[in-house]
Amino acid sequence: MSVAQNIERKLNEAFAPLSLLVIDESHLHAGHVGARPEGETHFRVEVVSAAFADCSRVDRQRMVYDTLSEELAGPVHALSVLASPP
Amino acid sequence: MSEHPVFDRIKTEVDDSPVVLFMKGTPVFPQCGFSATCVQVLSNLGIPFKGINVLEDPEVREGIKSYSNWPTIPQLYVKGEFVGGCDIIREMYETGELIEHFNTNGIEVQLANPQ
Repeated sequence: MSVAQNIERKLNEAFAPLSLLVIDESHLHAGHVGARPEGETHFRVEVVSAAFADCSRVDRQRMVYDTLSEELAGPVHALSVLASPP
Repeated sequence: MSEHPVFDRIKTEVDDSPVVLFMKGTPVFPQCGFSATCVQVLSNLGIPFKGINVLEDPEVREGIKSYSNWPTIPQLYVKGEFVGGCDIIREMYETGELIEHFNTNGIEVQLANPQ
């Protein structure tokens, strides 16, 4: 399973999102520190979920980081997050 | 003495300057796009800040992540409090919340390009 598929699966399981976008932006960072030739290092995720209601921006992003902690500690060098309530 | 020796150093830094950005590179020469975005936002608002280059200090680079329970850099602190990383700073800037946050904390905003 690719890194992107793993991210998608974990976010789906954790937040049952109304909408979810996982965008691989690694090509924008080719040759930068943290980039690998095979890609899948830089991601942007956009999650809309009721789970984020009544949470601060910091808490919402922390929830996403926590869900993806393995990826962040491993293959993912950069993760941009937009987490919003419906 | 806190649980983690580097926490004391971090706490001193964020208490000593009203606005502190932990970043990769320096404000003049950011070495990461996300850090550069934060510098750009602060500059647009005319906010003086202290930039701390984590690339020069591996202990702070790791320590700051536990200090704030936030796994990525850059990290912005205002009056000793963690405000957010690049995504949050950008969002707050776009909605006007960032200006409000500085105002609330008594930090003067001077827009570089007033409308």
